[in-house]
Amino acid sequence: MSAFAVDSIDDATEARVSVAPNLGLARRLVTGVTQAWTSINRAPLGLYLAGAYLVVVLVAVFVPQLISQVDPTHQDLLQVNRAPSAAHIAGTDYLGRDVFSRVIYGARYSLLIGLGATGISAIVGVILGVSAGIAAKWVDTALMRFVDILASFPSILLALVVIALIGPGLTNLIIALGVSHIPSYARVVRAQTLQVIRSGYVEQARTLGLTRLRLTVRHVLPNALGVVPVLATIGLGGAIIGAAALSFIGMGPQPPTPEWGAILSESRSYLRIAWWTGIFPGIALTLTVITSTVLGRAWQTAYERRGK
Amino acid sequence: MVTSRKSRDAGIAPRIWAVTMSAVPLDLLPSVHEEAEAGARHARVWYLLRRALARLAQGAFVVWAAGTLIFIAVQIAPGEVIDTLLGANSNDISLRQQITQEWGLDHPPTVQYLLYFARLLRGDLGTSYVEHRTVNSLLADQLSPTVELTLWGFGIAVVLAVILATFTSGRSRIGKGISQAFELTLVSVPPFWLGMLLLSIFSFRLGWFPVAGTAGVRAVILPALAIGLPIGCFLAQVLREGLDRALEQPFALTARARGASLIGVKWVHALRHASLPALTIGGLTFGNLLGGAVICEQVFGRPGLGQLAVHAINTTDIPVILAVGMLSAVVFVVITTVIDLVYLAVDPRLRSEAQWSEAGK
Repeated sequence: MSAFAVDSIDDATEARVSVAPNLGLARRLVTGVTQAWTSINRAPLGLYLAGAYLVVVLVAVFVPQLISQVDPTHQDLLQVNRAPSAAHIAGTDYLGRDVFSRVIYGARYSLLIGLGATGISAIVGVILGVSAGIAAKWVDTALMRFVDILASFPSILLALVVIALIGPGLTNLIIALGVSHIPSYARVVRAQTLQVIRSGYVEQARTLGLTRLRLTVRHVLPNALGVVPVLATIGLGGAIIGAAALSFIGMGPQPPTPEWGAILSESRSYLRIAWWTGIFPGIALTLTVITSTVLGRAWQTAYERRGK
Repeated sequence: MVTSRKSRDAGIAPRIWAVTMSAVPLDLLPSVHEEAEAGARHARVWYLLRRALARLAQGAFVVWAAGTLIFIAVQIAPGEVIDTLLGANSNDISLRQQITQEWGLDHPPTVQYLLYFARLLRGDLGTSYVEHRTVNSLLADQLSPTVELTLWGFGIAVVLAVILATFTSGRSRIGKGISQAFELTLVSVPPFWLGMLLLSIFSFRLGWFPVAGTAGVRAVILPALAIGLPIGCFLAQVLREGLDRALEQPFALTARARGASLIGVKWVHALRHASLPALTIGGLTFGNLLGGAVICEQVFGRPGLGQLAVHAINTTDIPVILAVGMLSAVVFVVITTVIDLVYLAVDPRLRSEAQWSEAGK
């Protein structure tokens, strides 16, 4: 590669093909904030509620002490299965532990598992999808067949098989859930990569003699991966439900960890006499999933309208 | 289906008539026409059969690959294969020998693989070394309650989706907004927690349904609702989007202009168009239903694959887990295959080769 000539053509191409990288960082930031502000102003009520709940969840994850000072594992055997009252606003469970406090401190575990699993599926999915998209036809076919096979197992059952082979527990639950959600990311990323590769500007860049690596890193990846965070936000809800379901049947963090699925699992035997132990963790769980879906869909809409 | 085929043929026939009229002597006309029709029908049936066979072969391939994946997973799982299979009773020497022989563990992996597949082909899913029974006999009792629950859940999901979608499509923003909020909530509810709610309201408080067991239809309703409602709402979203799009098309307007009511147009014309994307997604959600059924069995104390799997994991009974995984893949593949075949029945555009590519598939 004779350096100067190619590089200048390269830069000229980039200037012509994509507008965004040309803007200064400061200007892009200002544009971003302005766009965000206008979209917040136009947002429907649901988006506000989701945003507000997100703040609560984040506080519960990072500084749960702000919301509840009670130790979530503190047992009080004289206060067993008490209904909600001023002292325990969500009641106590079969060991006299404060349900409200357990739900607040549990946010950390459920979120950690959900985010970890989503991270694994997104990263592996991106690697598979991009490789399939840019590689030779037979590599593409082989990778996508593999993805099809992974997808032929119902995700919860695939996760169960993985857990059976590597054992239950927090880390293993994250791995198992992560593996089971790879297919959807891989498929979408592959489709996006193919779309970008076939688009005019990549073709143009290729005729100008860019190396395959440079083409992939500078042009294909930034444009094909924009959709991944959006997908991950929507997918987070599903991962959190999966996490709760698997730890509900005892495959996740073991007691006395206040993970939401685990709390629900413990509450099952006392449902008849202490409904509150089963209601509040479920509400927290459902609201978290709704929030992730609402935010993810709003982001998706904004993403799809981008540039139109 | 029959009516549409007739009307389409009736549409084509006069055109053929008009074209042939000019060139062919009058007395020859009917037989030529009939022959062409029969030929076309024959080609169509043959094409359909080929597509169906191809789809079945694809399903068989996926099942084979799923089995291979499970075999590889056992091989690469941490620890020796024999320890993975032995699970909790790793000190039993005679059992060790039995497993070594059954899985061919003293042979190279290729032989092990062939042995494993030979057993799978015979329909032998292995032996549970914990229960000292064949996996087949363990599964025999547990498969049907799970499939029953899943099918009930699917039925509830489909009925709910059709009702919600037809009554809220093309409506005012308020009606749609309320329905969307309702759907979003139900889609986001973990099925097992929904099951706990239903159980505590309808079984514990009201006593309308039995608390546990599988006796009769009443025992299946609550768990089926728990897994069916979230999926139904999800399908409703897809179906409504399809209905709204179908109602904007010229044929909907034509039907309305002929004096058909909005509901009538939705039911008779638009629903069929809208059901195509919903069918695809419906097939995919079957995996979720199956997974949901497995978890919900724990809530309702129902026997089934879920109970079996959880018990097997807790006692590290690996052959049973592998069989459950394999079986769920088979069930899933069978269902998606059937749905793809139903697709052919619902959409006449997919029934001939040329129109298949036109339909964008």
